Amino acid sequence: MNDFLAMGGYGAYVWSAYAVFFVVLALEALAPRTTRRRVLADLRGRLKRRDARNEASA
Amino acid sequence: MNALTLWFHKTGSPPTAYRLAGRIMPWCYGLGLVLGLVALYGGLVLAPRDYQQGDAYRIIFIHVPCAWMSLFAYFFMAANAFIALVWRIKLSEVLAMAAAPIGAAFTFITLVTGSIWGKPMWGTWWTWDARLTSELVLLFLYLGVIGLHAAIEDRRQAARAAGFLALIGIVNIPIVHFSVNWWNTLHQGSTVRLMGPSKIDASMIWPLLLMALATHVWFFGSVLARTRIGLLELDGGKDWVRAIALDDDKEAHA
Repeated sequence: MNDFLAMGGYGAYVWSAYAVFFVVLALEALAPRTTRRRVLADLRGRLKRRDARNEASA
Repeated sequence: MNALTLWFHKTGSPPTAYRLAGRIMPWCYGLGLVLGLVALYGGLVLAPRDYQQGDAYRIIFIHVPCAWMSLFAYFFMAANAFIALVWRIKLSEVLAMAAAPIGAAFTFITLVTGSIWGKPMWGTWWTWDARLTSELVLLFLYLGVIGLHAAIEDRRQAARAAGFLALIGIVNIPIVHFSVNWWNTLHQGSTVRLMGPSKIDASMIWPLLLMALATHVWFFGSVLARTRIGLLELDGGKDWVRAIALDDDKEAHA
């Protein structure tokens, strides 16, 4: 196991490269979730304001 | 309208495209993850050590697939931008802009993993060689497209302007690809070839190709996820989006 982690002395390089790969792709996959929540919340805000305006003018 | 045009029209309509994308998306993410893990096992455990580079060469299993993706995502973005500009298809505008951040992510990974690989093999983190420089330009093109798209308020105008920039930037794609042939540089030439034999052993090439497949599938999952959001923004005032926004609120408070 230690041999595997050591990667023949290149462990630091190999594992940091793989870490970058995983972290960036994980962030890339999570980003749409946060954006989606924000977009839908914005939309609800707009709908609420529009409804309030309609009621006020009625 | 004949049957094909009708089908095309219907599938391309935002609510249908949104639903369809939602159904396919989890499969892409799931398949990409499974294939990627198998490829990693093959690359990190099963593949033998390289006789020259030792174990450092194992960075190839992520570096090269990500580099391919950085070009593929650009091609996907530019092709959709072209369709959007010529035929004014809304779905293509959304698809093109969905690909930009994913392409930027893959380009970033390519640059960073390449740099980490370069340090032990070349003795430097960075050099202004043609391949590295053109890949960096690619990252800036992606960031330019994303920035321009974000800077214009009207979603359709923003997509058209950014799509135009994406089309101009396509001149960089052959430069990235052929840079290792055109200039004699530090970066090595192509290892895997479509034409003729690849310069890599079978035990090393299968994890590489499998990882390439995994990143492609993953890319489409992410494109679909971002396309769904783009469609919601585009159709913000429509009833179907309103229903989704209210449903989402109920879920959040349940």
